[in-house]
Amino acid sequence: MEKKDIIQSFKDSLFTGLIALALFGPIVGLRTASKGEGLFITPQWEVVFLLVGLCILGRFLINLNSARKTEITFFSKITSKFSVITEDKAKHFAITAILFAVVFPFLPFTDRYFMDVAIMILTYIMLGWGLNIVVGLAGLLDLGYVAFYAVGAYSYALIATTFGWSFWICLPLAGVFAAFFGILLGFPVLRLRGDYLAIVTLGFGEIIRIILINWYEVTNGPDGITGIPRPSFFGLPFKRSPDEGETSFHLFFNLEYSTMHRIIFLYYLILVLALITNYFTLKIRKLPVGRAWEALREDEIACKSLGVNPTNTKLTAFAIGAMFGGFAGSFFATRQAFISPESFTFIESAIIVAIVVLGGMGSQTGVVLASIFLIGITEMFRDLEQYRMIAFGGAMVLIMVFKPKGILANRKPTILMHGDKK
Amino acid sequence: MLKISNIQTFYGKIQALRGVDLDVNDGEIVSLIGSNGAGKSTLLMTISGVNKAKRGNIIFNGENIENKQPHKIVDMGICQVPEGRRIFSRLTVEENLRLGAHANEKGKYFENDIKEVYDLFPVLSDRKTQRGGTLSGGEQQMLAIGRALMSKPKVLLLDEPSLGIAPKLVNQIFVSIKNINQEKNVTIFLVEQNAKKALELADRAYVLVNGKVTIKGSGQELLKNKDIQAAYLEGGAKN
Repeated sequence: MEKKDIIQSFKDSLFTGLIALALFGPIVGLRTASKGEGLFITPQWEVVFLLVGLCILGRFLINLNSARKTEITFFSKITSKFSVITEDKAKHFAITAILFAVVFPFLPFTDRYFMDVAIMILTYIMLGWGLNIVVGLAGLLDLGYVAFYAVGAYSYALIATTFGWSFWICLPLAGVFAAFFGILLGFPVLRLRGDYLAIVTLGFGEIIRIILINWYEVTNGPDGITGIPRPSFFGLPFKRSPDEGETSFHLFFNLEYSTMHRIIFLYYLILVLALITNYFTLKIRKLPVGRAWEALREDEIACKSLGVNPTNTKLTAFAIGAMFGGFAGSFFATRQAFISPESFTFIESAIIVAIVVLGGMGSQTGVVLASIFLIGITEMFRDLEQYRMIAFGGAMVLIMVFKPKGILANRKPTILMHGDKK
Repeated sequence: MLKISNIQTFYGKIQALRGVDLDVNDGEIVSLIGSNGAGKSTLLMTISGVNKAKRGNIIFNGENIENKQPHKIVDMGICQVPEGRRIFSRLTVEENLRLGAHANEKGKYFENDIKEVYDLFPVLSDRKTQRGGTLSGGEQQMLAIGRALMSKPKVLLLDEPSLGIAPKLVNQIFVSIKNINQEKNVTIFLVEQNAKKALELADRAYVLVNGKVTIKGSGQELLKNKDIQAAYLEGGAKN
């Protein structure tokens, strides 16, 4: 590495520092605080200098790294360690992860907070797997996936509060409704690809949210729906004192009442739902329709010339992806017992897309890792309040620097040579 | 078997085909030659229904197909090997072949069909689990042809199978095309820029100029034709 390069990268990192200063100066540096009468601006320059310094240092390190590509550097060492977790080990990883997920609620350090975070991560894993069908397999970039999540949540909430049916009846119904909306979105976008498709799906997500806000008679508008029934354990509710003629979970199993029972049940519920999504995706990839999705992602004209019907193929991808979004939505509704349009903003879609893309398009294990990474990091930094989105952004940048094609970028073939280990 | 009359296809306002008349009989190899932009690929795309004709008829085994959707046309037994091969590059060789069987009885005779393709192109058998994109140009062309054969077509439409392929492999591919025609009884409609090869192989041939057929005749006749020699044979393809 030459002296010229070092000077060059140093200049470049100083320039980065300038940009960082311009951004962080007003955003972080000037803090409004209310003292007595009115707002006052309290500067906090030391934080700004720290952040700018970090940016300069980071940029400088990246520059150094890219300047000497052939040498083994600090960065590529880390990257190669990451790449070891690929195809061969994916299976082991999956089994270990599932086992860990099963015993997780009973580990000594697991408390209520951990369970809540775990449930949230699992919800995002499920959403990621659902969207992976549309984006990863069929190659249709859907930026409005949250719409199906919302449709699922609202269908569940409305059916359950209106008719009082149990979770297990409402869940498939919510899935059917969401799938129907998937087809509804699918029709107008059949001829669109890439950027144009992304814009329309983005609009669709917003349309659903705006309808939810404004259709007051049905959705109760911005006030949302309250009192959504909690799921019961095959008919046994999780209540301290059950109603007349009912037995509740803790009485039936002779346990002392604890709110954790319900949380643990919810945890296993979403775990099972997520695993079903995963199992379904892995299976359907090996069927003609799944293969057609992947082929469509690769080349639409070749598909047509081989007799694949692109209309049906795209619609099934949208419908099935939406259905799993709907299932996740119902789960969300029953967990929260309250939903409002607030929960279904664009940022949700963006996070789900980020999980799929950062995980490596089409990779099931990648979705898991990306969910844990992104959701986990934002949770860890919850104390930083609004700055935690910086952590979120930082996590995305890190993944893109180290693994530009996503955490697990390799597509696994669906057919292996005879004699290959499965 | 395939009768095309007065086909006119447009891209927006630009007319690519200005009334093409052409026949392909059962069991024949028919070649269509012409320069860049003559409308050769457009004609193939129109036959397979990817592009729609504005006027004219395409009759296949007595049935009009000019308004049918592409996947219906494949079901009827016309399959196209598109220009530039269009392999599904991130899918493996075998997955590519399986996709070819998509229209064919949902893979009922799949095992046997795939064996036939591997017999025809043994190199594909060695590369079963390799990604399509990692094959050489010639191997990709073989895969594209094999993939189309998986749909058990009665007519195979080939769009420039020699494009961007090493000359040695071009010969091999043309031999395979002849085999497919004679042993598997598949009618071949071949579009080529490599006029010499295409005419040598063909029972009959057509020349397309600016969206119209200008010359037709047997392959041998056209090879001897002075105009064709001047326009297509002397200048370009010498191999």
